[in-house]
Amino acid sequence: MVSDSKVFGFWVYLMTDLIVFAVLFSAFIVLRNNTFGGPSGRELFSMPFVLTETLLLLTSTFTCSLGMLFVHRNQKRSAIFWFLVTFVCGLSFLGMELFEFSELVKGGDSWQRSAFLSSFFTLVGTHGFHISIGLIWMSVAMFRIYLCPLTSDVISKIFRMALFWHFLDIVWVFIFTVVYGMGHIL
Amino acid sequence: MEGKPLAFRITGLVGSLLLTLGAYLLIIDPGFFYLTKETAIIAIVILAALQAMIQFIFFLNVWREKGPPWNLGVFISTISIILIIVIFSIWIMHHLDYNMMPKMKS
Repeated sequence: MVSDSKVFGFWVYLMTDLIVFAVLFSAFIVLRNNTFGGPSGRELFSMPFVLTETLLLLTSTFTCSLGMLFVHRNQKRSAIFWFLVTFVCGLSFLGMELFEFSELVKGGDSWQRSAFLSSFFTLVGTHGFHISIGLIWMSVAMFRIYLCPLTSDVISKIFRMALFWHFLDIVWVFIFTVVYGMGHIL
Repeated sequence: MEGKPLAFRITGLVGSLLLTLGAYLLIIDPGFFYLTKETAIIAIVILAALQAMIQFIFFLNVWREKGPPWNLGVFISTISIILIIVIFSIWIMHHLDYNMMPKMKS
């Protein structure tokens, strides 16, 4: 099957992307305490804010999976509706992340402040960049569902987009735990 | 690749929400669960690993392949590479810090 090998190829890409994130995570964990006299994670991050971001992303991964369910059932309207819900959740998440970044920079705690903040902005910023790519891809997918008949080829394309979105959610779970969780406990 | 039933996905959602809320409570107040800071960190890392497993099982629907399990093979080798990178980076860098001359220590 053609689509199976395409899914496999995309899966290999996702796995290499996971290694990119693993490297950024190790850099962050190593540099976590090098605050250069500046603020630590505990002083900078608000946990309820981060929990809201996490819940948004967890909800969006579920609605994305629902959208995929209706694509398989060939129900275009419901599929577009659930992908739209996913898109709105993802966009709110991105908005919250950019708000957090701008507040940090405004308070003088930009990536230039310390090694800790450099690695923080690199790790979380890379995730945010992936989210933006995912949102663009999702809007393209919604147009595709609207315009094209749902052949197995089109379904495979949308399936890969959904795979990418679920993958981003998994990476965020580790950012939530390692960056914000450990930062708050220690 | 075909769709799983709705109940399956809702189970995944409920599981992931419970794990996140559990981790959140642990992060906010480890003392409430009679945990020290170190054990609390181990606990939230375990919760994150469980969360990732739930996401991989319930939402990343690539495991039922026809023929040899290539997806699983790539996945397992990637996880081993990631564990090697993360664990050994932390280990080596920690000991570099530990073995520095007293004058150079910050």
